Amino acid sequence: MDLKDLYRDVILDHNRNPRNFGPLPSASADAEGFNPLCGDRLNLHLRVVDERVEDVRFEGQGCAISTASASLMTEAIKGKTRAEALALFERVHALLTEDAAPADESLGKLCALSGVREFPARVKCASLCWHTLASALNSPEPRSVPAVSTE
Amino acid sequence: MIESAQMKNDTPLRTFDVETIRREFPVLSRSVHGHPLAYLDNGASSQSPNPVIDAVDDYVRRHHSNIHRGVHTLSQEATALYEAARDRVMRFINARARSEIILLHGTTEAVNLVAQSYARPLLRAGDEILITHLEHHANIVPWQMVCAQTGAKLVVAPIDSRGEVSVAAIEALMGPRTRLLACAHVSNALGTVLPVAQLVQSAKSRGIATLIDGAQAVAHMQVDVRALGCDFYVFSGHKMYAPTGVGVLYGREEVLERMPPWQGGGDMILTVSFEGTTYNALPYKFEAGTPNIAGVVGLGAAIGFLESIDRPAAQAHEEALLAYAHATLGTIPGLRVIGTAREKAGLVSWVLDGVHPHDLGTILDQDGIAVRTGHHCAMPVMDFFSVPATTRASFAIYNTFAEIDRLGASLMRALHLFGRGAD
Repeated sequence: MDLKDLYRDVILDHNRNPRNFGPLPSASADAEGFNPLCGDRLNLHLRVVDERVEDVRFEGQGCAISTASASLMTEAIKGKTRAEALALFERVHALLTEDAAPADESLGKLCALSGVREFPARVKCASLCWHTLASALNSPEPRSVPAVSTE
Repeated sequence: MIESAQMKNDTPLRTFDVETIRREFPVLSRSVHGHPLAYLDNGASSQSPNPVIDAVDDYVRRHHSNIHRGVHTLSQEATALYEAARDRVMRFINARARSEIILLHGTTEAVNLVAQSYARPLLRAGDEILITHLEHHANIVPWQMVCAQTGAKLVVAPIDSRGEVSVAAIEALMGPRTRLLACAHVSNALGTVLPVAQLVQSAKSRGIATLIDGAQAVAHMQVDVRALGCDFYVFSGHKMYAPTGVGVLYGREEVLERMPPWQGGGDMILTVSFEGTTYNALPYKFEAGTPNIAGVVGLGAAIGFLESIDRPAAQAHEEALLAYAHATLGTIPGLRVIGTAREKAGLVSWVLDGVHPHDLGTILDQDGIAVRTGHHCAMPVMDFFSVPATTRASFAIYNTFAEIDRLGASLMRALHLFGRGAD
């Protein structure tokens, strides 16, 4: 295992300069994710109009893996429909957890997360934001999404 | 690496040979990710030496049986080994009598026992339990639970920016309704050594009962419960070179006598009928069910091991390690030590600019260095210092100055990886 496989340049860049970071006053859904192992918290804000994610931003404090994963996620889902975003959640989840999952080039920059699966203790760091997203998109009451925990 | 600190490597402790000590701990010879293991997570759980491993092995292979039950040979041997360990614990902390040593599963269970069996029958609405801001969750939550059950109030004494608690600040919070002071001997998140002797004296003079959480203390300093004068002292085996799943509640006999049993079951009774039950005498009154016999045997062996070494020299070695760790961390750019009490023991916590503790834990692990990252079961401490988490290196008698040099080098590597290091 090489640390550079986990901390690829894309990850380090998105950790240092997270995209779509901050509040979103026009959000139609807010969801909170919590990782009790490390105390990291993530607040995800979504504006979904006509089944499409028109805008997404996140706030919170986390490690490089969780920050970069959230930042990459916001880039990837902006403009996608609810169904497309949930399908992407499934593919990223497979990328993070299934040893046999081939590096799917169509995932683009998200492929940078594939190194995480060699570090089992860190999979939750990368998946927290995605579980939070799925919870927000699946909730019938988007304004009161229950907090997501990785435990 | 640091000349003044490096000198400590040679100057102290002619009587304490760390290499001899290390040979007693088999796990220290293994490697992790191609590097020799540098185990700096002793505050979470320490490793066991051969005498402990052998004692547990011998017990399981030759003597295992249930205790206090059978008349057959193995049961008598198991009982003798178990009770011999109790006697060792008694001498180890200088308790008056073996009836004052309750063998449990750990510090957490001991605090819960005192909360439910001592505090709960005593507390009335409006009474107060006094703790400090630096407690481990195990010395917070059981009190919150008993407060919810009784209407009592949890009062929290402040810490300052060094992570110290002042006797005066705690005394100011001791009021007519204060029933119990519960505080750590050594903070697991900050390393602060609390002035427990003075605190116990202050509490006693006001008629307030005292519980000291010694989980982070017993392996690092000699504890004398009679000199301290506390009502309760609690600690775990697995932070003092014994196996997990065994711990000790020391209680003053007259206090334990007045307490009702906590859990009911076998071994804690004298007679049982459907009309009523008479309880066993101390210490068995609080030991319901079959205990962790192998763990208790291991605890006894761990005490035997500690008694076999030069403990003052071992303590001086650990103090030198801590000083060297502070000096080494002081050379790392952007590193801030969390917990700078004038009296510290056993451990150092820190945050590093631009590198989250969780990332740091992974990077150090790749270099074979085991540290703890996270909130250390002390979320109020993290909130006080406005950090989500810290990285913590905690030391044992077998750690070396060379391991701390490796920690320093690995921290620099992390900074470079994250683009924070100067070239």
